[in-house]
Amino acid sequence: MLAAEALELSSGWFLENAWLIGLIPAIGFFIIIGVGKHLPMKGAEVGLATMVSSLVLASGAAVQWVQRTDSADGHTEEAAGAISGFVRSLSPQAAEGGHASEPFIEPVVSTWVWWQNSGLEFGIGSSADGLAVILLWLVAFISLLVQIFSLDYVRGDRRYTHFFAALTLFSGGMLIMVMAENMVQLILGWEIMGLCSFLLIGHWWEDYDNSRAALKAFFTVRVGDVGLLVGTAILFFGSNQWAVDNLDSNGFDIAAIQAWALSGDPSATNWVLIAGAASLFIAAIGKSGQFPLHTWLPDAMAGPTPVSALLHSSTMVVAGVFLVARIYPVFWQGFNIDDGGLSFIAIIGGITIVIGALLAFVQDDVKKVLAYSTVSQLGYMMLALGTGAWLAAVFHIFTHAFFKSALFLSAGSISHSGSHHSFDMKTDMGGLRKFMPVTFTVWIVSTLALTGVFPFAGFWSKDEIIDNVGDHGYTFLFWVGLAGAALTAMYMTRATYLIFFGEPRGAAAGELHGDEEHSEEFEMETLTVGANINAPAVSTPVPAGYADGDHDGVTDGLTGGVGSAGDEPHGGSSHAAGEDGSDHHEGPHESGPHESGPLILVPIVILAFFALFSGFTNATPLGEDWERVKTYVEPRPVEVPIDQYLASGPGESLRLVVPNAEEDEGQGEEAGEAEHGKVGCGYDVPEPGTACFFPAVTHAEPTINKIFLSLGVVAVAYAIAIAFNVAYYGRKNKHLNGLTQRSRPLRAGYLFLENKYYLDYLYENVIVHAIAHPIAKGAYWFNQHVLDATVDQVGETTKKTGIWVYENIDQKVIDGAVDGSGHVASETGHALQPTQSGKVSQYGALLFGAAAVFAIVLVIVNVS
Amino acid sequence: MLVVNFLLLAAVLFCIGVYGVIARRNAVLVLMSIELILNSVNLNLIAFSLMHGSVDGQVFALYVIAVAAAEVGVGLAMVLMIYRNRRSIALDELSEMKG
Amino acid sequence: MTALLLAIDDFNVAQNVAFGIIAFMMIVAALKVVTTNNVVHAALWLVLVLAGIAAQYILAAAEFVAISQVLVYIGAVMVLFLFGIMLTRAQIGKESGLNNKGWALGIPVALLLLGLMGYVIIDAYEDTVLPDRGPAPTEALSDQFLSIYLLPFIALSFVLLAAAIGAIVLARKD
Repeated sequence: MLAAEALELSSGWFLENAWLIGLIPAIGFFIIIGVGKHLPMKGAEVGLATMVSSLVLASGAAVQWVQRTDSADGHTEEAAGAISGFVRSLSPQAAEGGHASEPFIEPVVSTWVWWQNSGLEFGIGSSADGLAVILLWLVAFISLLVQIFSLDYVRGDRRYTHFFAALTLFSGGMLIMVMAENMVQLILGWEIMGLCSFLLIGHWWEDYDNSRAALKAFFTVRVGDVGLLVGTAILFFGSNQWAVDNLDSNGFDIAAIQAWALSGDPSATNWVLIAGAASLFIAAIGKSGQFPLHTWLPDAMAGPTPVSALLHSSTMVVAGVFLVARIYPVFWQGFNIDDGGLSFIAIIGGITIVIGALLAFVQDDVKKVLAYSTVSQLGYMMLALGTGAWLAAVFHIFTHAFFKSALFLSAGSISHSGSHHSFDMKTDMGGLRKFMPVTFTVWIVSTLALTGVFPFAGFWSKDEIIDNVGDHGYTFLFWVGLAGAALTAMYMTRATYLIFFGEPRGAAAGELHGDEEHSEEFEMETLTVGANINAPAVSTPVPAGYADGDHDGVTDGLTGGVGSAGDEPHGGSSHAAGEDGSDHHEGPHESGPHESGPLILVPIVILAFFALFSGFTNATPLGEDWERVKTYVEPRPVEVPIDQYLASGPGESLRLVVPNAEEDEGQGEEAGEAEHGKVGCGYDVPEPGTACFFPAVTHAEPTINKIFLSLGVVAVAYAIAIAFNVAYYGRKNKHLNGLTQRSRPLRAGYLFLENKYYLDYLYENVIVHAIAHPIAKGAYWFNQHVLDATVDQVGETTKKTGIWVYENIDQKVIDGAVDGSGHVASETGHALQPTQSGKVSQYGALLFGAAAVFAIVLVIVNVS
Repeated sequence: MLVVNFLLLAAVLFCIGVYGVIARRNAVLVLMSIELILNSVNLNLIAFSLMHGSVDGQVFALYVIAVAAAEVGVGLAMVLMIYRNRRSIALDELSEMKG
Repeated sequence: MTALLLAIDDFNVAQNVAFGIIAFMMIVAALKVVTTNNVVHAALWLVLVLAGIAAQYILAAAEFVAISQVLVYIGAVMVLFLFGIMLTRAQIGKESGLNNKGWALGIPVALLLLGLMGYVIIDAYEDTVLPDRGPAPTEALSDQFLSIYLLPFIALSFVLLAAAIGAIVLARKD
């Protein structure tokens, strides 16, 4: 079965030293915190430098990983030769369905012993494989662009240095987590991110709402973190023995956990795996904002926009998805993804898609629309993972990061330069496309990518998810995915229309911000019928001064201000928010909407470029040659001989045996219907002496019908949404206006959505109050009536027993007993008074006495 | 020698310590009784260390000694503070509860 | 079978005799600690108990622990105790009110515990003879401390640091 052909895989300096990618930002954080304030750019240059170097290293690692994979695949063609080539040429499905003919690409691991305790060693270092490398590069790339964006966006902020420090450490935490080789390091990175998200969301903590949002994010995620710790412990105790025996590692090693979950070992029973997978999935729910713990994510918008962009695209929220993807075998086996059952992950993902998308409709804050959009997209990733479409999920992480951060940064650009630091689409935006053409273009490109329009990035990834979900037999979830895509198109149309089309309103029209009261349903009188999509509102008054000093101020800030030490406000620019430390500043309004400066535009244009083209890295419908991500990122489900695995030392050029194609008839079957006939990793027990590290997931064959179906759904949704928006906001149709006021069911639905399904109410008023008030009251009552009475009783009983014992010992007690019950009662009262009054010694007596009594019971039970 | 010798001695010391904790009113004396308890546990650890021929027990005994030193330091500091505030270190007068 | 009988076996008579004498002394001293009416005397009796423990450690071939016991307990902890007594009680000599009103409750609890532990110990280790080993080299101890128990060791040093700072903060006059 296994042709023992050892081959050399190429490695390289970048892969072996991938740990530097995470270490550099961590060091950068301390430099910024320590000396940042004295540097010319107040620490920002350190943050940028660390991100640039991380990006360079990550790019190097990516290139070398590609070379490594190519070298393995090239060798296979020569070494394994005839058979695999023959099999491939004979039946394409065999190569597609079972990857047995492809070599396993071992991750390049470099670790050191971090600490050890009673013989258990905890490593720290890096494990570079396809998943790690692509995310390392992605995180470094997005972080760099976000930091460049922040240079202008938060300039003049009171805690400018701290902002960059936290931002750098945040990226560092994600990088450390992504490259983690064992669970302990993964938890380390995970918690660093949790801390930094708290710091960043609450960056403007002078505002009570912001600090509250930060606390909410922190605590909600913390609820999930309990699951992470419990799950890690469960997996450790489950897999440790197997890992020590077979792989010479321990139960914290991620590779060992993967192999153990697929080993079919008796210790890897279903219940252990289900418990571990469920616990870890709770952590993923908390971190990735899945239903029902998604409520923190929109509130996290209280942070500065660059933070939202970073949090919601490539780092914090995909950490949960990454966790599931990283130890996928546990979920694969634990939730029985392999046999096509309706898995827990898929259900949660499906629910999240729909509720996130629906909530996005009723938001007036552009960032909240995007936040719920993120929730919804994360639902797609979870749905994909839950149905076995691992690659599609990872690919969606990749593409989503680009277009979502582009959208967030565009929103930042709009509020920065267009709507005077307001994010309210209804009161302060509208008609901005004329003032901000670049931002508008970026927004449109990213929106098209998000909604999955051909050929933008989202099309390739989202359709792959939907395709695979349908292909793996989840018909209902397939339609849920399509419905989600339609909803996405609709709410993004609404947001786009409100921001960029129609007449300018509020701050976008150059009005003074913050003085007039904005009604919920903004007045439409100023809007004319002609102000729809097609009619350019030439009559829009351009406020005086929108083009003067401000633009120069930005340029000035770029050329001179960045390099200079000053935090003095740059002449005339309204965004030098001064020392008020707030996003909203109340100074006189000097300028109307205008395009942002180059420091803001360059990052978003780059992101838009990737939003446009990154989909082609895995354009499945175009043929196998286009499936780059699949080739390089997806782990190969190959049974790896353990001897060879062990022989490879960390960081060396790894040697391994290439198993040959397995001659199994089952693999030739059609991927979709052959769920039960499957063999290979994840379906049956690996050969003795071998280990699997990844289950043999199947991939949907792209069909032209499905592509047209999903494109059609999106197109119809767009058509409906545009028509509705024009009608509703353009006031063409009188019947639609005030519909939510007139129709009771619609009104109820609107309220239900506007109150976010009352989940926050449930959490804060019902659950927390239930704990804070009735339970506390009950506990008090219990304490007063039950515990005190018990103490009384116990004390009395003890005393009575004691008296009975003293009779032979203590003359005084004999006397007391002889003197009659009155004396006994008085003695009892005297001795027992303290037991009810918090006297330490009495409690000590009760403690030791009770311990002794329980121990006696134990002894008796054990003896008899 | 029998291991029971050490264990029984330790048990006797432990129980004397327990009695002291329960019976004493003076905070310093209670701390002394706690020292008795800790030492009896250490004696057990040393006896088992000898019995099994492993130094782990001695390592733990040393940890206990160090922790006990910290405990006495903090405990006596607290006693001093209590004394300064109330001019008394009688534990039964410390109770703020109105029982 | 009583503890006294158990103390005598065929081997190492000298050790057994030494053990018995020291143990007797310790028990008497410990009883004095918890019954005497003089706080300073209680502290001095405690010295005797701690010294006895150190002697038992030597009998049990744990030299380094015995030396640590002498240094830490008799050297440092006892001085702390005496300081504590002097700083809180000017009165040297007999005094009343050292015991709780419910002190008698301690007797049955202690006896109950003693009976229980005695039974369990004798039941489990009745005939287990301690092997005749030489003293454990200090080197072995240090190896353990600096290898597999390194993390607790570091944690412990933080505990001591925190205790020192905490004691200063608590006891200083503001």
